[in-house]
Formats: sequence, structure tokens, C-alpha cells
Amino acid sequence: MSIVPVTLTEDELRRLKAPARRERLVRLASYFSPLLLLLLWELSSQLNLIDRRFFPAPSAIAQTAWRMVLSFELFDHIGATLRRVGVGYAMGAVPGIIMGLILGLSRPTRRVLGPIFSALYPVPKIAILPLILLIFGVGDASKFVVIAIGVFFLMLYNTMSGVMQTPQIYMDVAKNAGASRFQTFRRIAFPAALPSVFTGLKLAAGSSYIIIAAAEFLGARSGVGFFIWASWQTFAVSRMFVGIVVISAMGYLTILALEALQRRFVPWAKH
Amino acid sequence: MTAAVIAFERLAPAEAPQSAIEVSHLTKAFYDSEGDRVTVAVSDVSFSVKRGEFVCIVGPSGCGKTTVLRILADLERTLSGSVTLHSRTPPAMVFQEASVLPWLTVWENIAFPLSLKGVSRAEQDTRVRELLALTGLADFAKARPHQLSGGMKQRVSVARALVDDREILLMDEPFGALDEQTRLVLQQELLRIWERTGKTVVFITHSVDEALTLADRVLVMSPRPGTLVADLDVPFERPRDVVEMRRDKRFWDLTYEVWRLLAAPGRA
Repeated sequence: MSIVPVTLTEDELRRLKAPARRERLVRLASYFSPLLLLLLWELSSQLNLIDRRFFPAPSAIAQTAWRMVLSFELFDHIGATLRRVGVGYAMGAVPGIIMGLILGLSRPTRRVLGPIFSALYPVPKIAILPLILLIFGVGDASKFVVIAIGVFFLMLYNTMSGVMQTPQIYMDVAKNAGASRFQTFRRIAFPAALPSVFTGLKLAAGSSYIIIAAAEFLGARSGVGFFIWASWQTFAVSRMFVGIVVISAMGYLTILALEALQRRFVPWAKH
Repeated sequence: MTAAVIAFERLAPAEAPQSAIEVSHLTKAFYDSEGDRVTVAVSDVSFSVKRGEFVCIVGPSGCGKTTVLRILADLERTLSGSVTLHSRTPPAMVFQEASVLPWLTVWENIAFPLSLKGVSRAEQDTRVRELLALTGLADFAKARPHQLSGGMKQRVSVARALVDDREILLMDEPFGALDEQTRLVLQQELLRIWERTGKTVVFITHSVDEALTLADRVLVMSPRPGTLVADLDVPFERPRDVVEMRRDKRFWDLTYEVWRLLAAPGRA
């Protein structure tokens, strides 16, 4: 048997490739749509269509940001926020993952300790901030603790559900291959839970920035949250916008970094 | 009696008995405490498998054939009856669905049982290389399971089950999810591997065709409750050619015979 070479006419090729061409156009437009919004904002502000006291022109915000970069003023705040989020995150994530693995694998432990965590989880972390400030003072320790509490629960529940969703067949494979209890824990339960662990890490990163912003509003003398609050108090709206953009970018970059780690350590899962 | 009655006998080759597996009056039931329902999965099943023999258990879904195999693999306990394995090693299992561990490469999956036992890296490497060659996976050592076809994944499962050279191989519909062409290729390769290694094999399938292609003996099971209804010898000479044997009239006579047993009134 031979393969018959098939040639398509110009017109057939054009129609064949049309959907892909449209797709490229749509993607190009998607890159520019946020810019379009900025442009609209700039014009409306310049033409006084919107109140400049609340919505200064993006160009004015950019100028403010540039001055703050040159004066190094912003970097101290970014550093303070990053340190608090970093330490608090680690303090919450490590015990959260370990506890999640234990509760996921051991049904009796889950039955006994589960209700304690279910009762504590719904307490809004911001609601206990005054209590934590009372106990740990207005220094960094209280910020570490409030972030750690938020992160701990997210990691606990995501890790636990990852372990519990491990297909039984992987457990059977381990048993048939002669794995001990600890080998099953390390070689099967942990890797099987890793995709859920990363889901938890990303959720926890997002909520860490929410918590730190609120915590710095109320009880701090540094940090991006404090900076936003201080700008409000002096009615420096451009500076406030700079703070909002900076803390949003920090959250976004953290999640991008976690996604890169996920591709590196969980190459088998679909993203 | 709810104890697992699986005994491994440690025997010198000279005094090794003819049979590798003896199953006697095996009964297994499951209890659903929520609905207070008892399901008898396997009822009073007895059979034995000779050393080096290839036995297929064939029957429809729900006839308890997988339960029998899981009991042989010590993944389930018996309710009553006894199971004796005359073997120095616990049996190796090839599972029904994709049981290849997705976070390990093909190489690491095959080496998995060896790595648990702390076998040296060099020794693992030698052994895995042999099996990659034997199962036609040499070019895929570094691949991840999600990059493999269903047939390739089952080759990995087979290689993993062979890697630490256990005497008894239990196979639970390993080719059930594959297309017919791939299945035929893998059947031929399994026969080739079995002829070289001389292992005792118990192979579960719902396909009459597959059972007759592979086995020395076919055990036919019928559901509700799962019982053995026939024990047939498959007379074809070895080595077999899975395509050529379909020219043999006896193949179709046996096919008819098994179908007649499976379709017998009052059984289905």
C-alpha cells in the first residue's frame, strides 16, 4: 500500500487556518484590554469626567511611584511586609502539611481531632487580631502569628483532602510491593497529596496578603498596609494607589513563583 | 473464623510439592453496616494451581474472580476456608487499571519494589535494564506515565511485577482496558515472558477468547454467589502463536463450550 500525497488548494488552506488566525487576534486583544482601561481612565481624569481627588490620572500615580522608587521610601515597606508574610507563612505551612498528612492517613486521629479544627477554622482571622496584638504585642511576632494561623488551616484541609483522595490502588501497589507503614506515608501518601498541597499553598499566599494588609492598617509602623493607611490619613490618594498596586503585584508574583515550583515538583499533574 | 489463612511454606527445591497454590472451600462475604446488607462474593471455591502452570479464571463482572485474586495477594481476608501458597516469596500482582505511580518515571516505577527493600542502586540498574528490554520499554526509561499509552502503562505494571523475581504472578484483567490489537500484542509478549521465566500465573479475565489464548487451564466462575462451575484443560501446544491458534478448530469448540457454561440457564 502506498500513501497518496494530498495537496490542498490555496482557498482550502486559508479556510483551514482561519480559526487559528482569529484565535491569535483575540489573544493579542486580550493583552491590550487592560491598557485600554488605563487609557480610558487617563482621559477621563484629564478631562475632569471623573473626580480627580479619588481617581488621580494613572500618569500622576506613575510619577508618584517613580519619586518613591528614587527616594527608596517604598522598599523598606515592601521589605517589612515580605518578611512578615514569609515568616508567618512558613510557621503556618509546615505544621499544617504535617498535621494534614497525619489526619488524612489515620481515621481515628481524624475522628478525634477533626471537630476541634472544624470549630476553630471558621473564626475570621481579622476578628482575633486584637486578641493576638494583646498577647504578642504590636511588634512583628503578632503579624507572624496571625498569618500562621490563617495559613495553617488552609494547608491542613488541602493536604488532608489530598491524602484522602489517594486512589486505593496506589495503596494496594505499595502493600503488594512490600512497603512498610512509613514507606507508604513517604513514597505514596505524600506525593499523592502534593497537587493538593500546592493548591493550598496558592490559596494561603492569597489570604496571607489579605491578612497582612489588615494587620498593618491597625498595628504597625511599617509595611505596605501601613503605607496605604497612612496615605489615607493624609489624603495622599496617589500614594494610596501606589500602595494598592504594589501589594497586588506582590501577591501576583508570589503566586507565579508557587506555580513555577509546582511545575518543577509536580510535573505529572495537569495545570 | 475470620483470620487470614494464608501460609507461605519455605521449602527446599527437592521437596517442593507439585502444586503452587491450593485454595480450599474459600468463602468471602462483604457486610455493609449502613444498609445492614450481606453480600456473598465467593462461595465454597476450591482449586489448585500447579507449579509453573498458567491458569485463567474467566467469568462475568461480579462473579467474585477479582476477590479470589485479591485474597491470594493478601489484600483481602478470607471469611472461611483456606489458601496455601507453596512459595518462598509473596505473590506479585499486576492490577486491573493504571496502577503505575504517576509521580515516578518508568524506570523508578519498575524499580519501586527493589527500592523499598534497599537494594543497591547498581543492582537496581542492572535488573531494571533487563526488564526494560524484556518488556520493550528500553526507549521509555525516563518517560512519565502521563506520556504513555494504556498499553505502555500496562507493560510497566508487568515489568514492576517481575522485577523482584517472585514465583507467583497474579494478574487482574491487566489488558481489559486496551484495544484488541494492543491486547493481542501484549498477550503474545506475556506468553513469551512466561515461557522464559516459568512462573506460576493466575490470570483473571472476562474474555473467553483471552483465557483460551493464554491458559493451560481455564476455571469458569458464575456470579451470585461466586462459584466455580467448570475446570477445563486447554490442549494447545507451546509455544503458542496467538494469531495462528485461531485457525485451530479446537479453539472454537472450546470457545463454544465455555460460552455454553456461562450462558447456562439459571446462572446468569
